[in-house]
Amino acid sequence: MAEATKKDVIVKPILDNNPIALQILGICSALAVTSSLKVALVMGIAVTVVTAFSSMFIAAIRNHIPNNIRIIVQMVIIASLVIVVDQVLKAYAFALSKQLSVFVGLIITNCIVMGRAEAFAMQNPAGLSFWDGIGNGLGYTAVLLFVGTVRELTGSGALFGLEILPLITNGGWYVPNGLMLLPPSAFFVIGLMIWGLRTLKKEQVEAADFVMASNTK
Amino acid sequence: MSTNNDTISKTLIVTISLCVVCAVFVSAAAVGLKPTQQANKQLDLKKNILAAAHIADPSKSVDQLFRENVTARVIDLKTNTWATDIDPTKLDERKAAKDPKTSVKLTGDQDQAHIRQVSRYKTLYLVKKGDQLETLILPIHGKGLWSTLYGFMALKGDLNTVVGLGFYEHAETPGLGGEVDNPRWKGLWPGKQVYGDDTTNAAIGLIKGTVDPASKGSVHKIDGLAGATLTSNGVTNLVQFWLSENGYAPFLAKLRKGEV
Repeated sequence: MAEATKKDVIVKPILDNNPIALQILGICSALAVTSSLKVALVMGIAVTVVTAFSSMFIAAIRNHIPNNIRIIVQMVIIASLVIVVDQVLKAYAFALSKQLSVFVGLIITNCIVMGRAEAFAMQNPAGLSFWDGIGNGLGYTAVLLFVGTVRELTGSGALFGLEILPLITNGGWYVPNGLMLLPPSAFFVIGLMIWGLRTLKKEQVEAADFVMASNTK
Repeated sequence: MSTNNDTISKTLIVTISLCVVCAVFVSAAAVGLKPTQQANKQLDLKKNILAAAHIADPSKSVDQLFRENVTARVIDLKTNTWATDIDPTKLDERKAAKDPKTSVKLTGDQDQAHIRQVSRYKTLYLVKKGDQLETLILPIHGKGLWSTLYGFMALKGDLNTVVGLGFYEHAETPGLGGEVDNPRWKGLWPGKQVYGDDTTNAAIGLIKGTVDPASKGSVHKIDGLAGATLTSNGVTNLVQFWLSENGYAPFLAKLRKGEV
């Protein structure tokens, strides 16, 4: 990787090198927590904090990590941070932590955190790694918020729990689309989003892994 | 990266010191935040009890309202009497349900709510007006589709008319089974009668579709949750279980006769 600047590592992951849209990491949790915006936002913040600090700590001790146990060392640091985040949420945002429940614990398995630790933090100084974590966390949050907006609006006619489209069950006109609240709908939204992004930014289109054979007659 | 990182001694030093540092860090966070977390849990519970009983006063705090209106008392499901020796603030019903000494095992056909065993001691919440029992709030729980739903059901002093119902913990699908939290749906419960002529088997339950108020027995029927048949069945089962012979029915019978 060429010499990266602080601005680069923060701004680039949001559109140019988005962890979900380009690197296709962390899709699993993006499916689970985007049915309402509030949950998506808190999850985004939690992942940002964990990615930033784990990258920072890993980068700080990167010259002392034995190469053959580096993944375990990374996991220990990430897992500790996730537990702390979970405890803080339980103490200060109880209602939200009830909704997020198991997904906070599952940040441990979020590929973005591990991916950044392995790809960036192992080679770069602590300060820069911290900002790289923040950048990638923000990229993740941005996608979550986008998907969350689409799903909450079409699925329950609301944004941040505030009713935007009056529902039929509450005497309005909008029939909520229950499918949008189920995890598979996030696939459609993320897929469409990646399509849109790659139509706008042609350089993100990957070269085909293989060439389709011409039809045999 | 220096080359001597991969020696056995360096590996051991790094692992051990890392584990110690992380362990201290995590324990410190867990211990330090515990009081706040428990206070949150308590507050959440009280909020839900007050909501089920429809006690609201925006000018007062949840704690204050709870203290002024509600008394917690423990009952013993084996003897169906007040268990005066148990302190309701110290009773942990979920823990008690797991301990064979303080739990009641349910056999297959008794286990309508699919919870296998229940705590022998349950905390009921009473709202009194003078000496008269105005509202009795019963803790209820049982399996829905994905999760166990925990909630409260509040009955009027006649021990038959519903005042309110609400769940404070569940993990049903948002928008479908999660609609058990919908205030409009919860608003269907007040005024319904839980028992028909038979006061050991609850008649109340959810039906498919919307209840026609003119139909027979509509006073025992609640609209089902659209698109959430299994959650609806779960709610019916758990409500009926807790109001049955294996739940609170024997105690409620005694209370009705004034024996306890």
